[in-house]
Amino acid sequence: MLGKPHYTIFAVFLALIVPIKQGWAAGEAIDIPTQSWSFGGIFGQFDQAQLQRGFKFYKEVCATCHGLKFLSYRNLGQKGGPEFSEEQVKALAAEATVIDGPNDDGEMFERPGRPTDRFVSPFANDNEARVANGGALPPDLSVITKARGIPLGVPWYVEPFYWIRDIATAYQEHGANYLYALLVGYKEQAPDGVEMAEGMHYNDYFPGHQIAMPNPMSDDIVDYDDGTPQTVQQYAADVTAFLMWAAEPHLEERKRIGFRVMVYLLILTVLLYLAKKKLWSRIEH
Amino acid sequence: MAHQSTYQPKPGLDKWLDDRLPVMRMAHDTMLDFPTPRNLNYFWTFGGILTFCLMVQIITGIVLAMHYTPHVDMAFASVERIMRDVNWGWLLRYTHAVGASMFFVAVYIHMFRGMYYGSYKAPREVLWFLGVIILLLMMATAFMGYVLVWGQMSFWAATVITNLFSAVPFVGEPIVTWLWGGFAVDNPTLNRFFALHYLLPFALLGVVGLHIWALHVPGNNNPIGVDVKSKKDTLPFHPYYTLKDGFAIAVFALLFAMLVFYAPNYLNHADNYIEANPLQTPPHIVPEWYFLPFYAILRAVPDKFLGVVAMFGSILILFLLPWFDTSRVKSGTYRPLFKWFFVIFVFVCLGLGYLGAKPAEGGYLTMGRIFTTYYFLHFLVILPIIGLIETPKKLPNSISEAVLDDPPDSGGAQPSGAAASPEKRL
Repeated sequence: MLGKPHYTIFAVFLALIVPIKQGWAAGEAIDIPTQSWSFGGIFGQFDQAQLQRGFKFYKEVCATCHGLKFLSYRNLGQKGGPEFSEEQVKALAAEATVIDGPNDDGEMFERPGRPTDRFVSPFANDNEARVANGGALPPDLSVITKARGIPLGVPWYVEPFYWIRDIATAYQEHGANYLYALLVGYKEQAPDGVEMAEGMHYNDYFPGHQIAMPNPMSDDIVDYDDGTPQTVQQYAADVTAFLMWAAEPHLEERKRIGFRVMVYLLILTVLLYLAKKKLWSRIEH
Repeated sequence: MAHQSTYQPKPGLDKWLDDRLPVMRMAHDTMLDFPTPRNLNYFWTFGGILTFCLMVQIITGIVLAMHYTPHVDMAFASVERIMRDVNWGWLLRYTHAVGASMFFVAVYIHMFRGMYYGSYKAPREVLWFLGVIILLLMMATAFMGYVLVWGQMSFWAATVITNLFSAVPFVGEPIVTWLWGGFAVDNPTLNRFFALHYLLPFALLGVVGLHIWALHVPGNNNPIGVDVKSKKDTLPFHPYYTLKDGFAIAVFALLFAMLVFYAPNYLNHADNYIEANPLQTPPHIVPEWYFLPFYAILRAVPDKFLGVVAMFGSILILFLLPWFDTSRVKSGTYRPLFKWFFVIFVFVCLGLGYLGAKPAEGGYLTMGRIFTTYYFLHFLVILPIIGLIETPKKLPNSISEAVLDDPPDSGGAQPSGAAASPEKRL
């Protein structure tokens, strides 16, 4: 018998690996604050009024440069979304000019949008978008809240606990938190010692802090008719919620069905466990 | 099949079919009456869980393929269309995407179980080989499936991984061009990946059939690693293990559903929701989590070609595992020294996974190199040596002796001298 030596092997090994820590790699971690979202968590649902306000902000501010090419106007009336009425959706779609055709004469023609049309993007193509924006390409926002993440930024030995916490609490709002932080994170002046490139704007949360998009936010730029405060924070929250819905239009359905599936599976699991226990109690094993 | 068939066909159609194609007999012998060691623990339920995973992937995958367009201009949009406009499309895609991860969770646990309990040792070497082939097929399938999404990570993963072949001396460049079907990852690449992603799961299904066949010849290994000696050691597969596996699958499905419905993108990389752009490289190219240990090994080696050799070698070395392990005792439970090195090995594999997700620089790279070295040392040096120097604990004579109160049936099978007490060194 070897007795203790293998404990020693294990201890030496642990001593070797414990020093791995954050900060060995270049680049700084930015702390993105966590917001409270109506659509977060296991029972999360969208707030229809907020989605409607967010859409208004998108339409009046963001849509000048950013498209939503994977959405159709009809989506705005769908269940689990902003739920505009049929007439409202028709009217909203009709505000857009759609290029259709060719007609019987072989010509392309313009017509007002219909609910079945996809959202018309502000620029005909990426090159046109770049020319209009000083070389920067405003990304399409259809899935933007899912296309942005936040690094965990915790030491390796606690990371697994964060995974368990995030999965158990259905935390999926990294992208929303980032987007909100970005929208409220503009600074008029770059901090001392930061050299800004031509046409760039300082943002606390954008990786590298230099973002081509100018600050789109200021108080009272969009009129809310339901008495909601017209502040930068409120706008940012509303438009982020709207874009979360745009990226995940079936979120409500998913969480609702998910709960039923979990309950069903839980009952099935308990029944199978009891059946198994009963069966195996008859024999020694 | 290794054991005597107990199938009694009913007169009439059943008997008629049994005389011509004994398919019902085969089903009966493999799924109902198969004698299974009575002491299997829950780590043995992962075979059933993996079958469940494969079925889920194939069923969701076939329906997804009906709605997907393998073209560089339309692939990303067609995925979004599935998510938005196809009835239950979001459920199909999230189940398929999470399903890939769950498949790997299960397969890695299944493999570690085999490694701890010595399930690769005689007479189960072929069973183990087929398992390694399944792993390779799974990896190829998962990789190509990830590319089909045609997001930024899809595109750049395809570029990085196919470029590995350019490290092959002399014929590297022609091989890569041949793989791509052009001079960059482009439409021909996407098209062939789609064709192969549809093909390989069925190849996988075939190898799974062989894997189960190879299991049913020697029968299951078990936690004490002493082979079945008499009928007393076993239970019929049905109802005992159908019910136990069923319960385990239900628990597994709970975790699966938790991810699908509440955290479907948690295991995904956010960059893959950005459409593929050959002109813009993402800041960190990271593969899916289940490839991270191998990615860490690839990057740990400074030379590109040797890195590729090390990465593939880290999987291919598994084929030789039955010979690197010199101990004749199967179960780790009876191997006091091996047990500790097994724990370290699992830790090193997980550690490589963690390091694979980090940038290859500074301390991460150093640790990656230490862990990579250890990974290979485990097979090449540690396993052969501990098999020779370790004194195993005394093995029970039989499964029934280990689990039953009454003494084992002495009238049972006569064990041959060597196998009876393998803990004694020659």
